[in-house]
Amino acid sequence: MTNNYDILIVGGGHNGLICAAYLARAGKRVCVLEARGSFGGAAATEAITDKCRASTGAQFLYQLHPQIIADLALEKHGLRYARRNLPTTVLATDGKHLTINHDQLTGENVSAADQQAFSEFMDEMQAFAKIIGKLIDQPPMDIFDLDWDDKINSVKLGWALRFGLGKTRMRELLRIIGMTMFDLADEKFDNDLLKGALSFDSVLGTQFGARSSGNVLKYLFRHALSNKSEMDLPYGGMGSVVNAIEKSAAEAGVGLRSNAKVKSIDVENCRVVGVTLENGEKLIAGTVISNTDIRTTVLDLVGSRHFEADFVHATTNVRMRGVAAKLHLVLSEAPDFNGLDPELMKGRLLIAPSAEEVELAYNAVKYGELSERPLMEISIPSLCDDTVFDGDSDGDGDCHLLNATVQYAPYALKGGWNDENRAELIERCITQLERYSPDIRGKIQHVELLTPLDLEKRFGLKAGDWDHGEMALDQMLILRPVPGSSRYNLPLDGLHLCGASAHPGGGVMGAAGRNAARMILKGEAK
Amino acid sequence: MNNLAQNAGIKQDHYLQTIKKTPFYNRQKEWDKVNQWHRWGEYTVCDVFESIAKEYFAIRNSASLFDLTPMSKYRIKGPDALAFMNRLVTRDMSKIKVGRVAYVIWCDDAGQVLDDGTIFRLGENEYRLCSQERQLEILKRNAIGFDVEFWEETDEVAAISFQGPVTCRILRNMGFSDVETLKLFDLRYFDFQGEQILISRTGFTGDLGYELMVSPDKAEALWDAIFEAGKDYAVRPIGGNALELARVEAGFLQAGVDFLPANETIRPGCTRSPYELGMHWLVKLDKGVTFNGRRALINEQKNGSRYRFVKLDVEGNKTACNAYLFDRKNGKSIGATTSTAWAPSAKKNVALGYVEMPHGKSGDVVWAEIYYQKELKWNRVWAKCLVVDKPFWDPERKRLTPPADF
Ligand SMILES: Cc1cc2nc3c(=O)[nH]c(=O)nc-3n(C[C@H](O)[C@H](O)[C@H](O)COP(=O)(O)OP(=O)(O)OC[C@H]3O[C@@H](n4cnc5c(N)ncnc54)[C@H](O)[C@@H]3O)c2cc1C
Repeated sequence: MTNNYDILIVGGGHNGLICAAYLARAGKRVCVLEARGSFGGAAATEAITDKCRASTGAQFLYQLHPQIIADLALEKHGLRYARRNLPTTVLATDGKHLTINHDQLTGENVSAADQQAFSEFMDEMQAFAKIIGKLIDQPPMDIFDLDWDDKINSVKLGWALRFGLGKTRMRELLRIIGMTMFDLADEKFDNDLLKGALSFDSVLGTQFGARSSGNVLKYLFRHALSNKSEMDLPYGGMGSVVNAIEKSAAEAGVGLRSNAKVKSIDVENCRVVGVTLENGEKLIAGTVISNTDIRTTVLDLVGSRHFEADFVHATTNVRMRGVAAKLHLVLSEAPDFNGLDPELMKGRLLIAPSAEEVELAYNAVKYGELSERPLMEISIPSLCDDTVFDGDSDGDGDCHLLNATVQYAPYALKGGWNDENRAELIERCITQLERYSPDIRGKIQHVELLTPLDLEKRFGLKAGDWDHGEMALDQMLILRPVPGSSRYNLPLDGLHLCGASAHPGGGVMGAAGRNAARMILKGEAK
Repeated sequence: MNNLAQNAGIKQDHYLQTIKKTPFYNRQKEWDKVNQWHRWGEYTVCDVFESIAKEYFAIRNSASLFDLTPMSKYRIKGPDALAFMNRLVTRDMSKIKVGRVAYVIWCDDAGQVLDDGTIFRLGENEYRLCSQERQLEILKRNAIGFDVEFWEETDEVAAISFQGPVTCRILRNMGFSDVETLKLFDLRYFDFQGEQILISRTGFTGDLGYELMVSPDKAEALWDAIFEAGKDYAVRPIGGNALELARVEAGFLQAGVDFLPANETIRPGCTRSPYELGMHWLVKLDKGVTFNGRRALINEQKNGSRYRFVKLDVEGNKTACNAYLFDRKNGKSIGATTSTAWAPSAKKNVALGYVEMPHGKSGDVVWAEIYYQKELKWNRVWAKCLVVDKPFWDPERKRLTPPADF
């Protein structure tokens, strides 16, 4: 085995693999070093019980760039979907659920006015998302040192803003971009469930509430990142997406090493020279790309002394504070949500009954506490994916998995995480589910809860933050991860970032990995 | 007073204290004939005791005492102390051995100067940093990831600058044996009345001289011992005005005057890089480790600087105080003076200042438009200024070891 490469990638999350695949296709000798036994980071399919395997981190695929799917021939390499274009159903305790399908609302309490307003709203969001999308496909512009590509892109962007959007819409974009979703939704709609869903999508994964200003931007960003807000469940769970990327990378000649935790990124004479693994093995390369977050990269793997002080200071101030947990419930039979249509159960289910409830749930986290009534984003993958169960635990063939992302559970829980408050969170989740599915408790055969601390331990997500740095305005675009380092280069020769810490941030998206590869290749071409 | 704060030992009456007196204050007051004092840091210090001429000539011809206590002083200690220092400043600190002092400059990441000062290497892993401006916040930022402790010791160290051609003789009279073997920028501890005194051959006058540091309760004893040992040598305390004259004559930079600390400037173009202050010799880009400003300074080397620091020999006898500098008489404005003086020993009208690149190479001529007032009436002259390389005053005795005896 050689220990000499053109490029080493620290971390085999989906972004690291995508970055590697692009670089290898451009002729680079690349090796990906992953700490865990398998690749994919927080995009993983793992055993929940000895008979049940499913997505233990991310579950909904809606951001993976179509260009990446095409470039890396992911469908050829096995990318398949269990179900596409999932509708979102916002659960109601009285069974009068609301279903959102693109710009269509269905449910007992949907007024014609709301339907009309929502169609217009979605149309507008789509237009805004298109503009913002232009920012995402590209490495952020260096506004202080525009190169030719930047100049062309900024003209295109300005043009799209002013003439593509038109005067009225451009004004509207500027008006809402710093608003709270609480106010915006309240201004436009009556339906509480709808306002709850919009609020939920504005705060997921972030220490934001419905009333936190700037969460509309986060919502817009989410739209811009998603492929026309179509959501899919990958067949075989999120790990299968990674498998396809892995195969594509391997075919391109990428060296793939799991169980290869990097202890340090090594520096000589002010430039990167390679890495040292935990087992002491040294690998040599003039370029090292880190798929892990900026704080871990700078402070732990390289060491602050190899950077200048203002940069180090900025890095230590990158906010990382996970607020979500993951709940896996193996159920003896399919749950019943007050008579919800079984077809809709195959979609995405939300517990976010109103904007007020989102804000109330958020209140707790400000003080390091657990939400009394946690919000949830749920899938029941076993309804549409036959790989979830390998035989039932009770043998009657109708076991199901309820897979939920739960918010808010702060990483920095007051007093720290222990068995007691973990049990407390499980209890609050089940009690919350019972409000929507009264008989669910009796169906539970197995419970697995991953707290933000567990997510950190399992996936290497520092502070349980799956975005590798909070997605807030001061940490987005050219400010991500810190001002002056938004273009996948860190201020140390030979060191780059390609993960969620870099623009455009978290999610199973691959944009950071692809952009990083493009920037690195472009830098070399100069 | 709040009981909680009191119990926690938090001083709550600091705001009642208007201004501090240094441990040398009472002794200095005995010399004060004109009552001209100003604030430096938290302390009151003297501008002039009697006459600037007498005080200046004590520096150049006999021995002068200047109270340095208000200077910001920090102790930095720990296994990573050298690495910490080397990352902080542009110089190669691995070259500065125990027992040596280094004149240094430090920058922000943009390669703009935050301050200059001196670093005393007190031990293998122990340093003292002395500077004009407060540095605690900067040290804190720099300490992230280093195994060092640091604290401010401005109030815990009574410091005095002892400058002039006969100072070595007086120190020997005080019984500090072998003090004459101290070379420029050496430091050494000596016994003094049951305590340790730190003597370094350093100063801000461009002359032979030393800086002495003791604990505040030995300050008056030190003062008295100097006057006792120097009674035949015309020792006198000096105020800030005489020192200012000496430092301009020696061509030294003053923070806040010749450059502004980058962390205190707001407007673009108002900061300076070390190169723009003529401090090329202090920047070791190839020292093999990262330091603050390195990447920006490499770029500046490639792309050129904006300004050049100049030492000017000004024609005529009107000081070029607050003067614009021009490329020709009535020509284009290219810079300004920042410090000016009639230099008594160099016998020259001198100025420090900056000009835009590429002006101001050594030997070039620039023009100053000087305004001066005579009994309410403003006059204006054009003065030809020659850019010079060397300090206006740089006597051999500054370096000579052992110094000449008297
Ligand atoms: C509970 C949960 C739910 C989510 N839901 C969704 C969702 O529904 N849809 C969606 O799109 N996104 C979702 N996400 C977010 C998404 O999973 C992440 O943002 C994304 O996976 C980040 O990818 P990445 O490649 O940048 O980094 P990661 O996936 O974090 O990968 C980093 C990799 O680096 C490795 N590593 C770290 N340190 C070292 C080292 N020293 N040496 C070697 N390797 C190292 C880690 O082991 C890891 O494999 C969710 C995340 C979580 C946790």
